[in-house]
Amino acid sequence: MRSSLLRILALIQKEFLAVLKDPRSRFIIFLPPIIQCLIFGYAASFDLNSVAYAVFDQDHSAASTALLARLDGSGIFQREATLSRAEDIAVWIDSGRALMVIQIDQDFERHLLAGDATPLEVIADGRNSNTAGTALGYFSHVVADFNSDWQSTHGQAGQSVQILTRSWYNPNLDSSWSMVPSLIGTLTMMGTMMLTALSVAREREQGTFDQLLVTPFRPFEIMIGKAIPNLVIGLAQATTILLIAQFWFRIPFIGSFVVLYAGLTLFLMAAVGLGLFVSSIVKTMQQAMLFAFLLILPFAMLSGLTTPFSSMPSILQSAMVINPLRYSLDLTKRVYLEGAGFTNLIADFLPLLVIGVVTLSGAAWLFRRRLT
Amino acid sequence: MPEWLAKWRRIWALTRKETRQIVRDPSSIAIGGVVPVMMILLFGYGMSLDVTQVSVAVIDQDRSADSAALIGAFRLSPYFKLQSARSMAQATNLVLDRKVDGILQIPSDFSRRWHDGAAVIQIMVDGTDANEARIMQGYAEGPVALWSAAQPGAVSGGPVIVTSRMWFNEANDSHYFIVPGLIVLVMTIIGAFLTAMVVAREWERGTLEALFVTPMRAGELLVSKIIPYFVLGMFGFVLCLLAGQFLFHVPLRGSLWLLCLASMIYLVVALGVGLLVSTWVKSQFLASQLAMTLTLMPAMMLSGFIYDLRSMPTIIRGITYAMPARYAVALLQTLYLAGNVGSVIWLNLGVLTAMAAMLMLATRLATRKQLS
Repeated sequence: MRSSLLRILALIQKEFLAVLKDPRSRFIIFLPPIIQCLIFGYAASFDLNSVAYAVFDQDHSAASTALLARLDGSGIFQREATLSRAEDIAVWIDSGRALMVIQIDQDFERHLLAGDATPLEVIADGRNSNTAGTALGYFSHVVADFNSDWQSTHGQAGQSVQILTRSWYNPNLDSSWSMVPSLIGTLTMMGTMMLTALSVAREREQGTFDQLLVTPFRPFEIMIGKAIPNLVIGLAQATTILLIAQFWFRIPFIGSFVVLYAGLTLFLMAAVGLGLFVSSIVKTMQQAMLFAFLLILPFAMLSGLTTPFSSMPSILQSAMVINPLRYSLDLTKRVYLEGAGFTNLIADFLPLLVIGVVTLSGAAWLFRRRLT
Repeated sequence: MPEWLAKWRRIWALTRKETRQIVRDPSSIAIGGVVPVMMILLFGYGMSLDVTQVSVAVIDQDRSADSAALIGAFRLSPYFKLQSARSMAQATNLVLDRKVDGILQIPSDFSRRWHDGAAVIQIMVDGTDANEARIMQGYAEGPVALWSAAQPGAVSGGPVIVTSRMWFNEANDSHYFIVPGLIVLVMTIIGAFLTAMVVAREWERGTLEALFVTPMRAGELLVSKIIPYFVLGMFGFVLCLLAGQFLFHVPLRGSLWLLCLASMIYLVVALGVGLLVSTWVKSQFLASQLAMTLTLMPAMMLSGFIYDLRSMPTIIRGITYAMPARYAVALLQTLYLAGNVGSVIWLNLGVLTAMAAMLMLATRLATRKQLS
């Protein structure tokens, strides 16, 4: 028992040396997650900070000017051009210089004063239909404000319902608040799975794995010796991103570190287990990287990181029960932003535990089978 | 044998060796054939930004005919699944246990204030997924508008009615912007990720140095490395093109030849990055991680494919100018959806060509240095 422990400790020390001795490899383990966290924390947002627009105003009335002034004063809409010919609309949209063009007919004010329904035409660049939809949504809000002002100043006011929206756990609905905590799981999974998948494959390719096999090490000792260093490196990466979230992005941490680290440890166990599983079936480093990549890509895409999990087709949703990242994203965000505790998170802890146990024991079994 | 003939014979021989290596390694076939198909399925079917149905806890503190009718309007909406809650505390617990995504609260003075002219309702959304929460806010306006329009004395909509048209994508089909981005991603994975790994492996094993003692020149070596992966990349391109046409029915409004040309040039850029990175670090692990950090992640996050460039802060937008994927996405989106818009095409094509030339030159120089 004691000698087994000593052997594992020796292997752990050797693994740490193998990964961290090379300065370039230290650099590649820690620098990319930091840079990616900083860039994606800012870049991954569906809000629009500025909408470039052009206007084709055929009315030139007080009403149309008031509407445009409201638009320019919104802080989001930037007027790039005032067009004088209808043909110019296509030029501005096609070249991408304007995301939308607002076309005001010449009897705009006359209709408004008469109390008629007054059409206002907007043309949006649908090359990215999601962006166009967001911009049109902002525009409708400006018009709705204009409408209610117009109605109250022109005695057309009626009854209305105001929807007050409050957003819990993220009062300003800031995208980085949901993105950066999600990156803790995403970036560490990429690093940890890749590193683990490679650690055995590298030894196999360089022939040192056979040397390891003639030592007194038992297969499960080799596996634990390979798993623990990668798990620790994963936790270190996660801590780095956590620090960036708190001290750079200043996202307040509500929950408990015990719950978070318990969840992260389980998640990293599952990620390391998957990595070891990959490395037990491949022959070369190249295969290890490719197979790890073929797992990481769908896991990251279908985890709810970029698009809502609930809007995926149900067959994909059920296929993703094996995706550890999906549980980890839910867990980190909820501990971080909501302060959720163990009891709220059973639905995340249990699957992670199952995935970890299944992949680790599966990998151990495959190791032993390949040895005999 | 004249020198030029010998040169092409050498290139041909090495290209054949390289091709055999791809064909015989199941993992390369996986990345050439499986990756494009997997990406097409993942992005084509797995990615949707719409929230299909949100479950909401309703607290009706008014218990009037008006509030019942308003709740009825929410019940009719296909976007909401309602669940009654008696108190705020109970509703909060439902949110914490992830039974509901938000809370709709109708205050006790709702009916009275509605008849006075202006009523207020409250919606609490869980902001841990900022994007999902924002979509839900938008959905809530539907039932409220529907209900208030049905009330006597209500002003429906307001005087100005926005009619919007989304050019290039009238039906607001998200596949329209996913397919062009998909081509860029597939090219990036095959061109940069796979090539970086393969060439780094040759450096790691010393087989590339072995080639230096043959009459093979550095330039010839590069050409014979590029050809097979170029063909593999174009195979992926054709798969995406077919999927775009026949699976997702995305119109190709620009010229097919320009689309092919643009994709080829971007593929050369991706190959250039892959070759340069692997020649520089000469280690499979480092090369694959660098290729992933430098090309794949930016192609997903910083290219304008998923997250619009217009929504990024100025510094991040500045960084995107260094990312080849940015130009490729703009080019392919325009060619696919807007057509042959000269100003967009020539500018982006020019930048990509310059990048391709620079990368090839840099790789050539880096390889020659090793010979001395």
